[in-house]
Amino acid sequence: MKPATTMADLEKFRTDVQGWIEKNAPASLLGKLGHHDYELWGGKKAKYATPDARAWLERAAERGFTAPAWPREYGGGGLSKEEAKIVEQEIARKRLPAPLVGFGLTMIGPTLLEYGTDEQKREHLTKITRGEIRWCQGYSEPNAGSDLASLACSAVRDGDDFVVNGQKTWTSYGDLADWMFVLVRTDAKAKKQQGITFILTSLDAPGLTIKPIRLISGASPFCESFFENVRIPARNVVHEINQGWTVAKALLGHERTMIAALFGSGTRSKNADRVVDLARKYLEADSGPLPDPILRDRIAQLLADQACFELTMQRSRDAVKAGHRPGPETSFFKVYGTELNQRRQELFVALAGQHALGWEGTGYSDEEIALARDWLRSRGNSIEGGTSEVQLNIIAKRVLGLPD
Amino acid sequence: MQLVLNEDQSMLARTATDFVASTEPLARLRKLRDSGDALSFSPAIWARIVELGWTGIPFSEADGGLGLGVADIVVVTEALGRLLAPEPFVASVMLGARAVALAGTAAQKAAILSPAIEGKTRIALGHDELRARGDIRFSHCRAERTATGYRLNGGKSPVLGGVGADVLVVVARTAGEDRDAKGLSLFVVNKDAPGVVVEPLRRVDGTNAASLTLRNVDVNDAAVLGEAGEAFGVLETVIDGATVAFAGEMLGGMTEALERTLRYLKEREQFGVKIGTFQALQHRAARLFIEVELTRSAVMAAARALDEHAPNAKELVSIAKARASDGFALVANEAVQMFGGIGMTDEHDIGFFMKRAKVLEITLGDAAYHRRRFADLRGF
Repeated sequence: MKPATTMADLEKFRTDVQGWIEKNAPASLLGKLGHHDYELWGGKKAKYATPDARAWLERAAERGFTAPAWPREYGGGGLSKEEAKIVEQEIARKRLPAPLVGFGLTMIGPTLLEYGTDEQKREHLTKITRGEIRWCQGYSEPNAGSDLASLACSAVRDGDDFVVNGQKTWTSYGDLADWMFVLVRTDAKAKKQQGITFILTSLDAPGLTIKPIRLISGASPFCESFFENVRIPARNVVHEINQGWTVAKALLGHERTMIAALFGSGTRSKNADRVVDLARKYLEADSGPLPDPILRDRIAQLLADQACFELTMQRSRDAVKAGHRPGPETSFFKVYGTELNQRRQELFVALAGQHALGWEGTGYSDEEIALARDWLRSRGNSIEGGTSEVQLNIIAKRVLGLPD
Repeated sequence: MQLVLNEDQSMLARTATDFVASTEPLARLRKLRDSGDALSFSPAIWARIVELGWTGIPFSEADGGLGLGVADIVVVTEALGRLLAPEPFVASVMLGARAVALAGTAAQKAAILSPAIEGKTRIALGHDELRARGDIRFSHCRAERTATGYRLNGGKSPVLGGVGADVLVVVARTAGEDRDAKGLSLFVVNKDAPGVVVEPLRRVDGTNAASLTLRNVDVNDAAVLGEAGEAFGVLETVIDGATVAFAGEMLGGMTEALERTLRYLKEREQFGVKIGTFQALQHRAARLFIEVELTRSAVMAAARALDEHAPNAKELVSIAKARASDGFALVANEAVQMFGGIGMTDEHDIGFFMKRAKVLEITLGDAAYHRRRFADLRGF
């Protein structure tokens, strides 16, 4: 199919996509967008809520709609950005879950497309688009958080392999993944950014152990990963040996964009007006102006700030569409988007009051228990993927040109 | 809606920025203030603004304007606001003249609007009262029916750009209580009519504003703009346009204040290093940058929403003004703090930004007012 370029082409394409969804999306999945059980992460350990959920992933993969903008040779849709956007919009319009989510699509995939060898692309990308392999990220270490480049996990060359020893932490969903992209130190003597290598390993490799970490929210979305003489083939190095920092930074860019989009917009919490619904319920005011002027002002402030943030993301996209380079505004999406989500969760709890303090058991609805846990989880938003403080450092130095 | 400048707007932005800078607004502002000039702006510069065609931007070609929109107006007001130009552009064009353009008959527009676009006259709008606190429904000023027209009594303040204005458009109540939307009417009042007193107000930022007193001022039926008692709708449209135009000025002011602060952080030395190396200041500067960028998006969106008559246009206007009010205040306050002692002196220009920020913060409704309006519009 030729890429659609004119508005008329795009509208024709939209109709085609609607027709395809009509025919292929299982009816039982309509309206399941945002339901945790229906998030489709793929991988060998995947658990599907229903057989329909699995069928949805497979049909979309067949059509190239799990990664609409990737090249067709790797199972993508070969579509333009505008067309890919239409696919996403039409799937979301039916409130269908995305046919596939995960770090393969958002992080390692785009990185391999830019830096991978042909062999690496052939080996990994199709397995990502088909949802066969789930990826996790081996970046942070107990002593390398914000100062990521000080990482110490060592890789020593031995014949065709590297032998890796050390520890990684904050490995998101490591217990559910099949492969990991890892930053290792291959030159202990070089300046710290220089001796780092970006490498890919199967989690089946002997000597690699993954243990979940329990968070303050009670959930365990992160793991610790221990490497004891783990052998990784040298052909799994992405880009050059000792040049992994370049790849790591490019991937962090993809990660921050993803996090900003995830948390900054109210869509993740089902819809932006949820805050008003909660206020009406717990302030017992079915209609008219909310009775508490201070909470009302906090809601207005949040929704207005959220609108400004979404408009800024739109302005950035519009500028790129108009042929300009992405502006400096993209640098603050991570810090502002995550802080917005934290304020949103704080406000939810403030509105629900006593009802938001349940941990488990009877006396609280599932939705109320989620309020407390989501609030606790959100405190990590300004830490993971580069703390707000690191983001502000980057803005101050790279965007505003303030001296070191 | 596309949140990007088109080619014409980019060119207008360059022209406007260069022109405004060439008129040395800050130096003029200081001189006008020190000489006690009641007009508070330079008629010669105003004449050049007319020549550039800016007074005709938002008006139809049939009325002698350029047929452009609020999206173009904010390009100009951002440039004016950047260096705190004292010319009453928003007051005269977006409040005074626009009220006539939106409410007037063809005959009224020919008689009053056209000369204003051509720069022969200036129009000021008297809608605000000191007790209104941003609420455009509020009018204690009243107009009673007479045999041949109306008799006006009451006061309007501040009338922005009111000093030296040739024509006054006054909001007065012909029916209802002080805070009713219904019963508002617009009148064209001759500044020289018996009972009209225009007194200059000297405000902290030195811009042109007046206090208007009306004592038994008689006007005939032809002086009514639009339908008597039904002015609220058109007044709200006028105020929304002017609010976004002022938010554009504020965007310009905060952009410049931040740039001046960043330059200072890069040159000022204490403890043997540039103070811009201090993380305590770096992070605050980064926060100010975020504030400016968010304001830019809100202003561009509100202007375009008004031009496109988008259903959420009023919400976006209030979002933009609330953001600009809070944002400019924060940037200006932080600027003075980072300049330190020199920022507190009258000799240094940065203080002018803080004064303008405060005046525009309160003009046409502060942040709290606009968040309340946003909540009303959203139905919570």
